[in-house]
Amino acid sequence: MSSKDLHTQGLMQLAEGLENGDFTAVELVTALLDRIQAHDGELNAFITVTADAALQAAKRSDELRRKGDGGVLNGLPLVHKDIFCTRGVLTTCGSRMLENFVSPYDATVVRRMADAGAVMLGKTNMDEFAMGSSNETSYFGPVKNPWDLACSPGGSSGGSAASVAARISPAATGTDTGGSIRQPAALTGTTGLKPTYGRVSRYGMVAFASSLDQAGVITRSAEDAALLLGVMAGFDARDSTSIDHPVPDYLAGLGRPLKGLRVGIVRQHFDAGLDEETGSAVREALSVLEAQGASLTEVDLPNLDLSVPTYYVVAPAECSSNLSRFDGVRFGHRAENPEDLLDLYCRSRGEGFGAEVKRRILTGTYVLSAGYYDAYYLKAQQVRQLIADDFRKAFADVDVIAGPTAPSPAFRLGDKTDDPITMYLNDIYTIGANLAGLPGISIPCGFASELPVGLHLVGPHFGEEQILRTAHQYQLLTDWHTRCPEGYA
Amino acid sequence: MSAAWEVVIGLEIHTQLATKSKIFSGASTAYGAEPNTQACLIDLGYPGVLPVLNEEVVRMACKFGLAVNATVAPRSVFARKNYFYPDLPKGYQISQYELPIVEHGELFITDGEGNEKRIGITRAHLEEDAGKSVHEGLDRYSGIDLNRAGTPLLEIVSEPDLRSAKEAVAYMRKIHTIVRYLGISDGNMQEGSFRCDANVSVRPRGDEVLGTRTEIKNLNSFRFVERAINFEIERQIDVLEDGGEVVQETRLYDSGRDETRSMRSKEEANDYRYFPDPDLLPVEISEAFIDGVRETLPELPDDKRRRFVDDYGVKQDDAAILTVSRALADYFEEASASADAQAQVVANWVIGDLSGALNKEGLEIEACRIPAEDLAGLINRIQDNTISGKIAKEVFEAMWAGEGTADAVIEARGLKQITDSSAIEAIVDKVVADNPGQAAEYRAGKEKLIGFFVGQVMKETGGKANPGQVNEVLRAKLKEGGQ
Repeated sequence: MSSKDLHTQGLMQLAEGLENGDFTAVELVTALLDRIQAHDGELNAFITVTADAALQAAKRSDELRRKGDGGVLNGLPLVHKDIFCTRGVLTTCGSRMLENFVSPYDATVVRRMADAGAVMLGKTNMDEFAMGSSNETSYFGPVKNPWDLACSPGGSSGGSAASVAARISPAATGTDTGGSIRQPAALTGTTGLKPTYGRVSRYGMVAFASSLDQAGVITRSAEDAALLLGVMAGFDARDSTSIDHPVPDYLAGLGRPLKGLRVGIVRQHFDAGLDEETGSAVREALSVLEAQGASLTEVDLPNLDLSVPTYYVVAPAECSSNLSRFDGVRFGHRAENPEDLLDLYCRSRGEGFGAEVKRRILTGTYVLSAGYYDAYYLKAQQVRQLIADDFRKAFADVDVIAGPTAPSPAFRLGDKTDDPITMYLNDIYTIGANLAGLPGISIPCGFASELPVGLHLVGPHFGEEQILRTAHQYQLLTDWHTRCPEGYA
Repeated sequence: MSAAWEVVIGLEIHTQLATKSKIFSGASTAYGAEPNTQACLIDLGYPGVLPVLNEEVVRMACKFGLAVNATVAPRSVFARKNYFYPDLPKGYQISQYELPIVEHGELFITDGEGNEKRIGITRAHLEEDAGKSVHEGLDRYSGIDLNRAGTPLLEIVSEPDLRSAKEAVAYMRKIHTIVRYLGISDGNMQEGSFRCDANVSVRPRGDEVLGTRTEIKNLNSFRFVERAINFEIERQIDVLEDGGEVVQETRLYDSGRDETRSMRSKEEANDYRYFPDPDLLPVEISEAFIDGVRETLPELPDDKRRRFVDDYGVKQDDAAILTVSRALADYFEEASASADAQAQVVANWVIGDLSGALNKEGLEIEACRIPAEDLAGLINRIQDNTISGKIAKEVFEAMWAGEGTADAVIEARGLKQITDSSAIEAIVDKVVADNPGQAAEYRAGKEKLIGFFVGQVMKETGGKANPGQVNEVLRAKLKEGGQ
C-alpha cells in the first residue's frame, strides 16, 4: 500500500498495516497531518491541530512496536472532540468562554486512548458546549459537511464527524447528550456509537447535561467502533455515575449472524415528520436485516412523543447549573476592568457565552425556579421515567430497535438557525435513548437528495454487543459506510 | 424579658467533620495551610471534573444519627444549591435537601428549672463547605482562599424547641460534647469547625402560631450565641411592643457592639434552585452498615454521667461536668482507679484545682501536666495523713510546675506531716507559754481563740502538723494550764 492511500483505511486495516510493517506510525500521522493541511481550510473541522505532539507520539509508538510493545491502539491516529480535557492543550468546548483555556489534566477517555497507544492529531470543532445540532453555535464558526460544503455536518460533534467523513482521521471521539454523535454520523455517512450511560467515564468531559452526556466514537465502521469502545469502556473511580460492569470483547461478538435477531420497529418513527427518501432508505435497510434472518416486530413506545419537550427541560436545567462555574473568577473568559463583582459576572458570562448557550441557561434557570420546579423539572423527570419504562417493556420482546437516525439528510447552513424548535426536532429519534440511558448507533444506509442517510439501532442497557453486531453484519452486506464524499477520496 | 412573651429558638449547627480528605475530593482538610494550597481541580470546580463521595463522612453522619437516637435514612440524596459567589467555585454547593441522611433525632438538656428537657433534632445533612474571601492587606481587591472549599460539614437542625438563650447554649454544648465524644469533629470553634445559625422569634405567651423569625448567621462561640440571641429577643419584643412588625430577614451579630444587624431580607433571598445532583448517586445505607457503625459507638455522655452517679457515687452536677469531654471523664476514671479515696474526693480535685489550673493556662485536659495516676498519688497522701489538705495545695502546685510526683515533692520540700504527738505537744507547750494573755482569755471562756492557737502552731510547724491532732492537744493543754 502506498502511503498516499493511508487516509482511506479504517482503524482495523491500519492496525494490520502497522503490525505488518507496511508503513510506520510516523508515515501515517504525517499523511494525515497533510490531509488536515489540505482540507481543513474548507471544512473548519479542527479548533486545534497538535502536529508536533502527534509526530512525537507516533515516533514513540514506532519505537515501542520495534521492541514488540505497545497497546491495542499503538500508533493509530484519532481526533478528540474539543469537549474532552487534554493536558497542556487548548480545550475550548467551542466557546469564547474557554477560548484560551489550557486544561491541566487529561479526561479519562483521552488518558485511556493514549495509554492504549492512540495518537491524537488534534481537537475538533463543535457546537458551543455541545448545545446545537448543526455546529453553527460554535464560537469558531460552523463546520462544513464534506458531502456538500453548503450543508451542516450536524452537531454537536460536527467536527469529529466531518473529519472522519473527509478521510482526515480514521476515528474521532464525540459526546452525545441528545444525539450529538449519532445525528452528525448520519448526516456525514459515518458510523457513530453512543454507549450506555455509565459505560464510559465522563471524567474530564466538560459537562453539558450530566445525566444525559455520554462519550462515544465516530468511525468508518462498526468494527472500528467496537475496537475503540473496548478501550474507552469500564468503571472509573473518578466518575460516580460510571458503572462497574464487565467490559466484553466487543470485537469477538461481531461475527454472530443475524438469524433469529428480533428487531423492533416504532411506527411513530415513520410518521409525517420523516423525509420520504430518508424513509425509503431506512426501510430498505430493514429489509436487508430481514433477509439475513432477523424478524421485524412493531413495538410501542407510547410516551416517545414527549421526549423532545422532556429533554428540553432536563438538559437546560442541568446545563444552567453546570455552566455556573464559568464566572470569570478562576479560569475562562474574564471581562476587562469590571466595576464590581456583579459586573464581573454579568459581562464575563455575557461576553463569553453565545446565544444558544444563553437560551438554555435561561430556560434551565426558569424550570428550576421556586414555584416552577414541580411543574417543569419534576414533571419532566417523571415523564423521563415513563419513557425509560416504555423502552424496558419493548426490550422484553426485541433485541434492538431500528429506525431513522434523523428525520432528513443534512440541511443547509443557516436554514434552521432562526427557529430553535425546528432545530431541536432534528434530534427527535435520538433523544429517547439519552433519556433512557440506552446505547445507540447510527450507520450509513443509503442516500437522500445525494446526501447520506443514517440507520439508527438502539439496544437495551449494556446492549452494545447487540447493536455493534447488527451494524457490523449489515456492513458486511452493504457498502454505504465505504462511500466517500467527492473530493476526499 | 417580659413574661408576656414566649421565645422560640431553633439552631442550625454546622459541624466540620474530622476527615483527612475533603467530602468530594482527595485534597487535605488540614487547617492553616497557605491559601489555595489545599484545593485540587475538583475543589476549584475545573471544567470536566466530578465529585466522588468520601465514604468516611457517611460513616460519621451515621454515627451522629445513632448517638441522637435518630433515623439513618436508607437512601439520601445530594442536591445542588445554586448561587453565585466568588468563594463558591462551581456556582453551586453540594448539599442534601429533600432527603437528608439523618432525621428525627433528639437529645436532652437541663432547662432553667433543673429539669430534663427533650429537644428534637429535625435532621442532619451532609454538605460541602465553601472557601472564604480574604480582605485584609489587599487594598482594593478581595482574595479568595479555597482551602476550605469542599471540607465536609454536618448541618444539624433542631426543632424550634428551645425557649431561651440559655437553653440554646445548653443544647449547643450538648451537641458539641456528642460530636467530640464520637470523634467525628474536633469542635474547634476558633477555627470555625463548630458554628451555628440561630432562628429566633417571639410570640405572646399562650399563642399557638409562631412569630416571624429572624436568622442570626455564623455564631462561633457559646458566649456569642447567648448574647446574640438575647439581643435579638429584646429587639423583637421592642419592635412588637412599639406596635411594629418583625421582618423576616437574615441578621449578623457584631460582637464588638454586641448587637445584630440586618444582612438581607426575605425579598432579597436567593432562589437556590435546588435539584438532585446528577453527578452523584443516591447514598444507600444498609442495615448491616448501620449495625457495623453502632458497634463502634463509644459510651455517650448521658450514659456516662448516669454511670458516674450510680457506680461512683459522684454528685449529679459534678458528674455532668466530668462528662463534658470524653478525655476529662477518662482522666477522672483513671485517677479514681488508683486513688484510695471516695470517687467524690477525686471528682472535687479534678473539677476544682485541676480544672482551675487548666483554665488558667487555657489548656484542654489532653494537655494536662499531671498524669491521672499522679493526681491519685497526691490524694492518697492526704488520705494516709502524710500531708494535710492545705499542704496538698502546695504539693499540687509543685507537681503542676513539673517537680514530679506527690511523693517526690513531699520528700524534696520536707512537707511530711508531723504526727509524732510528743513533737506536737512540745510545740503546743511553747505556743501556750508564749501567749499567756490569750491563754487566760480562752480559759475565761473565749473559746474561739482556739483558732488563734492552731494558727500559731501551724506557723511554727510550717503547716506540717496534723490539724486535728493539734486541735486535740491544744484543748487538752489549755484546759490543763487552767487547773
